[in-house]
Amino acid sequence: MSVVETARLVRAGERSARELVDERLAAIADQDGELHAFNFVTADEARAAADTVDRRVGAGENPGPLAGVAVALKDNMCTRGVPTTCSSRILEGWRPPYDATIVSRLTNAGAVVVGKTNLDEFAMGSSTENSAFGPTRNPHDVSRVPGGSSGGSAAAVAAGFVPASFGSDTGGSIRQPAALCGVVGVKPTYGRVSRYGLVAFASSLDQIGPFAATVEDAALLFEVVAGHDPLDSTSVPEPGPSVVAGLADGVEGLRVGLTKEFVEGADADVAARVEDAARALEKAGAVVSDASVPAAVYGLSAYYLIAPAEASSNLARYDGVRYGLRVEGDDITAMYTATRAAGFGAEVKRRIMLGTYALSAGYYDAYYGQAQRVRTLIIRDFDAAYADHDLLLGATSPTTAFELGAKTENPLTMYLSDVFTIPSNLAGHPAISVPYGTGDDGLPVGVQVLAPALAEPLMFRAAAALERSLA
Amino acid sequence: MAKPISRDDVAHVARLARLDLTDDELERFTGQLCAVLEHAADIAALDIADVAPTAHPLPLKNVLRPDEPVASLDRDEVLAQAPAAEDRRFKVPRILGEAP
Repeated sequence: MSVVETARLVRAGERSARELVDERLAAIADQDGELHAFNFVTADEARAAADTVDRRVGAGENPGPLAGVAVALKDNMCTRGVPTTCSSRILEGWRPPYDATIVSRLTNAGAVVVGKTNLDEFAMGSSTENSAFGPTRNPHDVSRVPGGSSGGSAAAVAAGFVPASFGSDTGGSIRQPAALCGVVGVKPTYGRVSRYGLVAFASSLDQIGPFAATVEDAALLFEVVAGHDPLDSTSVPEPGPSVVAGLADGVEGLRVGLTKEFVEGADADVAARVEDAARALEKAGAVVSDASVPAAVYGLSAYYLIAPAEASSNLARYDGVRYGLRVEGDDITAMYTATRAAGFGAEVKRRIMLGTYALSAGYYDAYYGQAQRVRTLIIRDFDAAYADHDLLLGATSPTTAFELGAKTENPLTMYLSDVFTIPSNLAGHPAISVPYGTGDDGLPVGVQVLAPALAEPLMFRAAAALERSLA
Repeated sequence: MAKPISRDDVAHVARLARLDLTDDELERFTGQLCAVLEHAADIAALDIADVAPTAHPLPLKNVLRPDEPVASLDRDEVLAQAPAAEDRRFKVPRILGEAP
C-alpha cells in the first residue's frame, strides 16, 4: 500500500496504524532473512509509535501527513537509544544520545520508524557489499546487488517491506540503488534536507532523500522533511517547497536536454530506455533537444579526490575515545591505530588513505586543489546547459544490477557505477531516478531527471509525467 | 604532475591517518591507490590555475544562531557510550612519556 493511501486510511480512521505496522513487521520478519535489507528492526518502538498515532486519531487530533506510514532509515542516521552502526564494526553497539532532525520531522508527521537499513560501511560503496554485517541482496534477483550505498533502504521498498525509506546520497547513493531496485529515489538540492544527525561522510556533498514506489509518495516524503533547520548550518535558509500540488501539471513547453555525458558509456539497453523516456516527454508536450555538460567527464576523478579528502577528516573522530570500539594499546597512539585498524573495513581504509594522501604536503594542490577547480568548471557547464534547458535527462546507472562479487576486486570499476550521478553532488543540484522499463536481462532501469538548484518542483513534475507515460 | 604512489608513500600516509596496515594491505592498497590516482591524472593535467576553487555548493557565510543558552546533550547518556569513563570524564591511555 502506498504512502499516500496508508496516510489517508489511517487519518480517516478506516485502518489502525498499529494493524498496518504489524503487517509490515511481519513481512520483514518473514522475508528479510534472505535479503538482509535491515541491520536492526525496532519492532517495540514501532508498535508504541503506531499506538500513539491511533490514540491521536481517536482523540480527533491531526495525526500528521504521514500518519501510520512505516519508514525505514539508513543506518547512518542517528536514532536516540537505538543502535546506529553505519554498517561498521567501529560503531557496533553505539546508541546515539540524540535523534537526527530527519527522525523528529518524520515522527512529528505521524510516520513510524520500523528499523535501520544496511549500507556500504560509512556509505562508501555502490553495491552494499562493503557492509561489515554482510551484503544486502536485490529483491528482483537475489544473486545481484541492490546498488549502494543505500542498498538496504532501496531493497526494503522494492521488496514491499515498507512503503517509504530514506537514504543519503554523496555521489549517487540514493539514485543508483533506486535504479537497480526499480524504485523512485530522490537526491534533493544540497542543504534542502537537514543533515543534523546524519553521520558525516563528505560534508560538502552529503544529502538525505527519500525512496518510494511512486513519484507522488516520494514527493510527499520530500515535502515533510525538507526545509530550514537551525541545527544544520549548511541548511538552505528557507522553507521547503510545495511539490505534490504540481505533480499533475505536466511538461507542456518544458525544455528538456537529453544530455550526452549522462548517456555515453551506458549499456545499450539502458541508453535505449533513456531514449524512450525522452520520446515520452516529447509526446507529453516537452521540447526535447540535445544538451551537454562537457566538464562532467571529469566528475569521477574530482569526486574520488574530494570525497575521500573530506572523509579522511570526518572519520578522524573514530579514535576509540568517545564512542564505539576501542582496542587497547600501550599509549594513546597505539590505541588509536589499533582501534582504527580493527574497526574499519577495506574500502573505508582505502578512502581514508586516498584522502589523507590528496591533502598531504606536496600533493594538495595537484589533487585536492585541482579537483575543487574542476568542481567550478562542472557548475559553470551545468549553468550553461540550464540557460537553454529547464531540466536535463540521462541514465542513472550505466548498467542494471550486477552480480555480487563482480566488482569487489577492482575498486575503480565499482567507482564507475556512479559516473552519471556524481556531477549533481559536485554541483549541489537535485536529481531523481525514476524506474523506466527493464534491460535485456529483465532487470529494472532507472532514468535520471536533473534540475538546477532548488528546482525540485519542476523536477518532480517531469518525474510524474514520466511515470504516467508508463501507465 | 605527481608521481604514482610508492609502497613507502602508502606506509607514510597510513601513519599520518593513524591506521595500522598489514603487509598484505600495504601491498594491495599501493596498487589500488595507484590505479585511482592514474585515473585522476586527467584532471591533474588540466590547465585551470585561473579557475577559482569551489569548496561548497551553497553561498552561505558566517551562519550564526542567537547567542542564547540551550540544553546540551545529557552528560551521563553520552559517557555511557564511551569505551571508558571515570569521574564523569572520558578515560584514555597514557598520553605523555612519564610513568603512569
